[in-house]
Amino acid sequence: MEASTQQDPILRIRSLNAWFGESHAVKDVSLDISPNAVTAIIGPSGCGKSTFIRCLNRLHEEVPSAGAAGEVLLSGMNIYGEGVDPVGIRRKIGMVFQKPNPFPALSIFDNVVSGLRLGGVRRRSILVEVAERSLRQAALWDEVKDKLHAPGTGLSGGQQQRLCIARALAVDPPVLLMDEPTSALDPIATAKIEELVLELKKQVTIVIVTHNMQQAARISDRTAFFLMGELVEYGETSTVFTVPKEERTERYITGKFG
Amino acid sequence: MKAEALENSAAMQGPWSISLPTVKRFKIKAGRGDLHWGDRLFFWLMSTAAVGICGLLGLILAFLVYSALPTITQFGWAFLVEKSWDPVNGEFGALAFVFGTVVSSLLALLVATPLSVGIALFLNELAPRRVAKGIGFLIEMLAAIPSVVYGLWGIFVLAPWLRTTVQPFLGDWFGFLPLFQGPPYGVGLMTSGIILAIMVIPTISSLSKEVFRAIPRANREAALALGATRWETMRLSVLKSSKTGIFGAVILGLGRALGETMAVTMVIGNRNDISSSLFAPAQTMASIIANEYAEATTSLHLSALAEVGLALFAVTFLINGLARLLIWRMKGRA
Repeated sequence: MEASTQQDPILRIRSLNAWFGESHAVKDVSLDISPNAVTAIIGPSGCGKSTFIRCLNRLHEEVPSAGAAGEVLLSGMNIYGEGVDPVGIRRKIGMVFQKPNPFPALSIFDNVVSGLRLGGVRRRSILVEVAERSLRQAALWDEVKDKLHAPGTGLSGGQQQRLCIARALAVDPPVLLMDEPTSALDPIATAKIEELVLELKKQVTIVIVTHNMQQAARISDRTAFFLMGELVEYGETSTVFTVPKEERTERYITGKFG
Repeated sequence: MKAEALENSAAMQGPWSISLPTVKRFKIKAGRGDLHWGDRLFFWLMSTAAVGICGLLGLILAFLVYSALPTITQFGWAFLVEKSWDPVNGEFGALAFVFGTVVSSLLALLVATPLSVGIALFLNELAPRRVAKGIGFLIEMLAAIPSVVYGLWGIFVLAPWLRTTVQPFLGDWFGFLPLFQGPPYGVGLMTSGIILAIMVIPTISSLSKEVFRAIPRANREAALALGATRWETMRLSVLKSSKTGIFGAVILGLGRALGETMAVTMVIGNRNDISSSLFAPAQTMASIIANEYAEATTSLHLSALAEVGLALFAVTFLINGLARLLIWRMKGRA
């Protein structure tokens, strides 16, 4: 095993359950997420992988009739603990969605710094500095530096998605959740995002949901395989894809179902 | 989205652009010529109705112009900028009514817009679905109350309350403003403005709700995931991108307020004058017609009233057109 995975986990998930009304979408999942690594969540559609990741920043509960129970420890603190404000949690754990969703009425610049502004940062100099840093981190700076005040929705799909990544990075979150971030993008834009993920893991822990197994194999250090709401297998990506312990995992990654 | 656009464009190209002879023959076959006689009859009945309604609009316009012709030729544009309205001496200027209409309608929008947007936000973003349905229904029912009932309520409840409580208070504390000077009559611009506000709330709030509903969930999640509170999410993801739509809703409300007749006639106090005070009685374009048409004896008086009607028709037609345009543009983008 690599040394990096031996570090203390940044996220410890214990007996996490999630529901949509009566349907039990995530069933008793426990796993540890290592810092500065990419963890991929794979599984067929409807297996609860998106719901799972949306529980990690308490976004799941915003859907009417949705509920979650269990423990998610972020550096030791239970984000489902009593009195914990989900708004504060979401400022620490960034998220990027399936479809790029920049704020339609805002410029590129305003999109990037919207998280900072929500946190009460008003100083222009700080905003300008963070905007440039985040856009550079998201590998978007060179493409937009001359049109920072153009609307964010005027960019291409791939650029919009990198803008959303920059927006999430601007508040310097320790963890970045990515929910199928390339499923709406073409192969070139996808490759750029994948490259970016590999670069970003030096600074931030990434949990990425993907329905693309090649993508998981290319960019992740560890892989978790979900099936019908259960965590079937979790381990080093190289192990999961070459010598899976579970037959169900093997059948999925070899394309026999799902 | 791309796939959708492709599909749409494919559909658009359908029978119009393809000029292959086989397709053409097919098109003729499916045309009206081969319809069953019942279908053909139905088609003609329906098209007559559709065309007829446009014709009716034209006839109304023609009637108004024809009836207003004497004053149009005698007074010209002065009719709209002169204040004196004296049927006995044959002097007609509609400025006081234009003023009353504009001020009472703007006052209504001032009151109704924040309330309606607040209601729409509450119903769409905050309230549990069942509560939202119930309250939404009740608010739409406000639009079903006959305006004469609003007028009665205005005379018996609202006007006395304003006269004895609100207007003296405003006069005492804000009397230095010209808006709140003069004796509190009860009936007047302020009362009409408030009644109109209640009457346009259903229009503005239900249209704003439609505008908010068109905003995809992903936009809200973008804000939530950044650690926005409910209010911040509404501001960032909902309000900021609905400005045009809300404006359209407000303009449509304005269209309704401008033309409202019965309730306003009952509470505006019917005085043909321009005053800077909201306490003062006034007259609107709609109320002067309702008040004087039955008693107008000279043909010039009738013509003047018709011209007021023509002006009101033109203004509400333009305002409604503008609002529809804005809302369509908004829907096209969402």
